[in-house]
Formats: sequence, C-alpha cells, structure tokens
Amino acid sequence: MSDKIRKIEGITKESTEAMIADALSVYPEKAKKKRAPHLGANDQAAGSACVKSNKKTVPGVMSARGCAYAGAKGVVWGPIRDMVHVSHGPVGCGWYSWGTRRNLVTGINGVTQFAMQFTSDFQEKDIVYGGDKKLKTLLAEAVDLFPLAKGISVLSECPVGLIGDDINSVAKQSAKELDIPIIPCNCEGFRGVSQSLGHHISNDTIRDYIIETREFAEPSSPYDIALIGDYNIGGDVWSAKSLLEEIGLNVKSVWTGDGELEKIAATHTVKLNLIHCYRSMNYMCKVMEEKYGIPWLEFNFFGPTKIRESLRAIGARFDDTIREKVELAIAKYEPIMQAIIDEYKPRLDGKKVMLLVGGLRPRHTIGAYEDLGMDCVGSGYEFAHTDDYDRTSPEMPDATVVYDDPSEYEFEKFAHALKPDLIGSGIKEKYVFQKMGIPFRQMHSWDYSGPYHGYNGFEIFARDVDMAVNSPTWKLVKAPF
Amino acid sequence: MRQIAIYGKGGIGKSTTTQNTVAGLAYLGKKVMIVGCDPKADSTRLILHAKVQNTVMDLVREKGTVEDLELDDVMKIGYGDTKCVESGGPEPGVGCAGRGVITAINFLEENGAYTPDLDFVFYDVLGDVVCGGFAMPIREGKAEEIYIVCSGEMMAMYAANNIAKGILKYASSGKVRLAGLICNARKTDKEFELVSALAAKLGTQMIHFVPRDNQVQRAEMRRMTVIEYSPEHPQAQEYRTLAEKILNNKMLVVPTPLEMEELEDLLMEYGIMEAEDESVVGVAEAA
Repeated sequence: MSDKIRKIEGITKESTEAMIADALSVYPEKAKKKRAPHLGANDQAAGSACVKSNKKTVPGVMSARGCAYAGAKGVVWGPIRDMVHVSHGPVGCGWYSWGTRRNLVTGINGVTQFAMQFTSDFQEKDIVYGGDKKLKTLLAEAVDLFPLAKGISVLSECPVGLIGDDINSVAKQSAKELDIPIIPCNCEGFRGVSQSLGHHISNDTIRDYIIETREFAEPSSPYDIALIGDYNIGGDVWSAKSLLEEIGLNVKSVWTGDGELEKIAATHTVKLNLIHCYRSMNYMCKVMEEKYGIPWLEFNFFGPTKIRESLRAIGARFDDTIREKVELAIAKYEPIMQAIIDEYKPRLDGKKVMLLVGGLRPRHTIGAYEDLGMDCVGSGYEFAHTDDYDRTSPEMPDATVVYDDPSEYEFEKFAHALKPDLIGSGIKEKYVFQKMGIPFRQMHSWDYSGPYHGYNGFEIFARDVDMAVNSPTWKLVKAPF
Repeated sequence: MRQIAIYGKGGIGKSTTTQNTVAGLAYLGKKVMIVGCDPKADSTRLILHAKVQNTVMDLVREKGTVEDLELDDVMKIGYGDTKCVESGGPEPGVGCAGRGVITAINFLEENGAYTPDLDFVFYDVLGDVVCGGFAMPIREGKAEEIYIVCSGEMMAMYAANNIAKGILKYASSGKVRLAGLICNARKTDKEFELVSALAAKLGTQMIHFVPRDNQVQRAEMRRMTVIEYSPEHPQAQEYRTLAEKILNNKMLVVPTPLEMEELEDLLMEYGIMEAEDESVVGVAEAA
C-alpha cells in the first residue's frame, strides 16, 4: 500500500460524483437506485471498497459479464492442458469458449494436451429424453480416442440443469468403469450473477475430486511452491515461473494455466501458495490453508515497481538463500527495466488510462502504467466482490471513479468526461471506443500479445501501450466530441 | 377448424373421455385429429386398436433429429378416419417431457398436419400442467376451447380449479377460453349437484354428466371406444350426446377460479369436506 495519497489534476471527489450523477440521470428511478451504489469516487486514504458489488445486473443495460459456465470452462478448468473438458449441452457454449481466452499451452495436441472442443452437442431428443446416456457414451469414446488424457471434466450448460441430467452419477460410474478421474461440475450458466460463481463451483469440485489424490514423484523441498490463479494468458505463467525459479523456488504446480491435473492434485504438499488471480482461486487457497496449513500470498508481477515489492514479500517467507537471489534478480533486471522506461516514458508520461477488466487486472496492472508515467483515472470489474474493491482502493489515485459491472452507457459516458488516452477492456468494448477515436487494448487476452507478466512481460507491455497510445492512426480520426 | 384441449387431474379419465367423444364426433361425420400430449402415449389406443402408437419423440430419438422425420411416420388413421398422433417423451425422472410436447406440436405445424379438411383437433394433455411445455396446446394460435374432465371427488375439483387458474392466465393474453366441465362420474354423493355448482362458480357449465358404466372398461379391454364396440349401448349414446353438445357449444368464457377458502366452503356445503378443527392441527396422537 502506498503511504502517500495520489491526486490527479482536475479530478476531485466532487467532479467524480458530478460525473456519476450525470451518467445516472438518464436512468428510470428504479434502475438509478440500483446502479448508484455500484459507482463511486475512490477514497485512497480509507483503502476500502467504495462500491457495492456481486449483485444481479440491472435488466436492460448492456453488461460485459459472463456466466457460471464461462467461469468454469473458460477460467478454471479449461486451461488444464492434459484433460479432456466436455461442454455438456448444446454445441454453442463449447464452441464459442474454445481457445478464445488465449490461455496458452505446451505439449502435443491429442497426446499431452487436449485443447480441443468436446461437446455432447444436445439435440431435441437429448433434451426430451435426457443427455445422461449420451454423456456416458461420450466419456467412453473420449477415453478410447485419447487414452493419454489424465482426466475429464464435465461442465454443465444451462439445459442440463433445467432437465435435471444427473451428471454426478454418470461421472461416478464412468470414472470407475474407465479408471480415470471424471469431474462433474454443476456450473449451469443461469446460476449466480456472473462468472464468479463458476469460479467458486470449480474450486469446490477441485476440493472434492482432485486435491490430495496424487503425490509428487520427487522428494519435497522447503522451496516448493504453487502458482495459483495464473491462467497463462499470452504466456504469463511461463514468464512468472522462470522468475520464481530464478530466485530459487520450485514451482511444483500451476493452477491452472498450462496446468497438469496430477500436479494440481499433489499441490497439498507445497510450502506456499502464490496467488495471482485472487477472485477466481482464493477459495482453494483458503481450503489448502485450513486443511493442509499451506500459507498463501498475493503477488503482483506487473511492472518493475510491483515486481520488486512482490519479490521481496515472497523472499520474506523464505530463508536468506532465497532473499539473496531476490536481490540479485532485482539488481540484474532493474537496469534493463530502467532502459525500457527511459525509452517509453517520455512518450507516455501524464497519459490517462481507464480500465474495465476481470479478476485482478483492474488493480494489478495500475502499477505498470504508473511505471510508464501514466495515470489510472478510472477502474472497475465485471464480477468482483467487496474484497477485490478493498484491494483496489489503495492502488487507485484518490477521487478517481470506480465502477462495478458498468453498463456500456456508463462506461462511454465516463470516457467522454475523462477523455482517457487509453482504455483497457474487452472485445465487446474495443470497437466502440476505437470508433470514438480512443486508443484501446483488449486486456483480457492481451490483445493477441503478451506475456505482460514478469520482467520479460514489461517490455512487451510498454511496447504495446506505446503502440496503441501513440499510433499515428488516431491523428487521422476526428472524434465526434 | 376448432382446436380443443382436454385437461384434468391425472387418472380422471381424460384419454378415455377424449377418445369416446372423438368417436362420437366421427360418428356424426366430423373429421378429427387427436394429438396426445402425454409421455405415456395412451391417447389414441382406443381409436387405433393399438397398444402404443409410435410417438413423434420416439422416432426423433431413433432417427436422430426432427428434420429426418416424415409426417406419415407418426400419423396413423383410426376409427372414423380419425388422425392420431402421440407426442411421446421420456420415462419418468429423466429429460424434459414438456419440451417433447413443444417439439412434437412444432413438428406437426411445420409438416402440414393441420389440414383444412379437419373439423376438430383434440389435445389430450398430461394431468398436471407442471411446466410451459404442457401449456403448449393452449398457446397463441392453438386450442382456444378447453374442457376440464373432473368428478365429484375433492382432489379432482381442486385440480379443475387450478387448471382454471392457468386458463385465466392465458385467457388474459390470448383467445383461450374455458368451454365447460365434463363430469366423468365416480358415483360420489351429490356428484351432479356439486360439479354443477363448481361449474357455476367458475362461470362455466357442466356440459355433460357422463355416468359410470363398466361397458367403458369392457370396450377398453378390446382397445375400442364404446361407440365402436357397442354403438347401441346407452353409454355410447352418452358419448354421442356429449359430442353433440360440444359440436353446438357456444359458451366460451374467461373462467373465474375460486380462492381456496371458497372452494373448501363449497365442498363443505355438499358434505364432501368436514369443517376444520384448528385445535387439533399439529397435535400428535400421543399428546
């Protein structure tokens, strides 16, 4: 937490509140009343949430949220590379969630990784007669076709919950018959208010079906850790992992980017869990803490300032050998980072960025922008909870606007008022803002780039931000406001 | 073409009443199609002399998709040139029977089953309207006339009142109307009076009182309607009378369902139900 309060010129609590009131003014009374608590001006000194969150989206507004299935398939289960992930239900959910998140994997397709689209492809007859028999056949076929798969997840789409297909009993029976872990995940899309519940349900299934079912082959060491909640977007895991190994730690398993089922299953023996995306995996960190006594630590590998802080915080959990290596790494990389900053900062200094992303980026990436001289003038999440906003407050400059599950209208309205030089959000927002003449980066998938994590990632991040903000394109586009 | 849906408590005799009535209409020279909307698929057996007809959903399952199905595969012709279709569906406890009804009716519409020569289409629907699928026959553009089969038994009357509530919901947004109660007599006390009184309270009529007669069961054992099995029998005449009444029925109303208390008062009035003694509620025998 920073000890001094950061202010942005021209942004005060009053100006932010007036901007929020203006955005709300077009809503009908009921919608206004519902949306008002989700928008607020940050109080950096208080360092706690200034908005309400994790509530049902107001009907009629365009939301950027996903569903419970998306949280299970796209976020938690999907990235585990050596499993077959079955989208149980009609074909669309599986198809449109196939490979779209850029959770990169190693391995050979069909041999050591199975980044393919498996679905039970429901037809009318499966709705009417139930899809359980088809699921059973599918599971047998999957094992037959891909005998090297280490396990199968069965991810329920909406109709499965409506017709009451008993996937749990099919999974149990087939797991026994086929002698392979089969994990049923009741993550029907209509459950909960956002993808967040899908994360929670998936964590619960890892707890119930996976953890403690395997042991690591090699003997344990005091430096064994697990990397939790990093999904290897654009290769982030690889960047983080190499840095953690450089400071002497053994990254025994990764949850779940480029993940391996049997290593995840053996994670109960590590000494420390390092959690990247708190929102999607804090549940299992807490389970492992309570059940196996494994402490956990949140860390941030975006930008040299946060990396330095995080490396030292990690080092503090270990002995002097690790701490020395931490200092060696910092000493080795910081001049390289300074060179990057020297190159890009003159072109980015004082530029303003607004963010609306998912699990951790609306707070974790702020430091990286600040390293480049930029100011975050607004941030918010699609599906965060109060504890996420508590963690966001100290990162954001004072009085800047915080928006929870904002509608497209609110987001646009704030962009009009704040005139940012860059917006970092998702694909649904990208073209809206580009058409408004505002530089944009798709910050869910790193816009086909990455990694942004770790020292290696910062150079790519700086290059991409500069490329977006300072592209000559924008001089040729006249925004209509 | 008049489209008619028959509802009523499970086991009340909807399928038997429907088929005998349809046979009555066919006897009077009318062209009728029966669409069975119940996974049990027993809405056409008396007309077809069949055990179970091939259902739409069974054939969909066999062939893979609805698109692979032909109308001739699922439509059979029975007594009096009556066309018969069963929607079919899953065994209890799996899948979604309601969706089966929707799929089947959509299929019939898309494949031209509703030909202009038809005078009547009868939908024989599963006892309880448990979900949207079983309300499919009374959605926009389908059945506008509903008959509720009931008896003087308490649960049958409760069910009739509940169905009237459902009709009220659809009546407010569409053309569906309650056309009458058909009393399928169980020989309970004051049955005629009680069902008539309920009909009056609902704003409708008891269109016919079908007396209990084992001739119906004798015909059923031969998988026949009474009208076909023994056209001269008095019970056959009852069904012909019911058919004629339906043919000439002009009384289509938006029902006025009763509140639970009102219904219980009615039952008490006819001695079907005892007045409640609040002092014994929740008190165990040993206490």
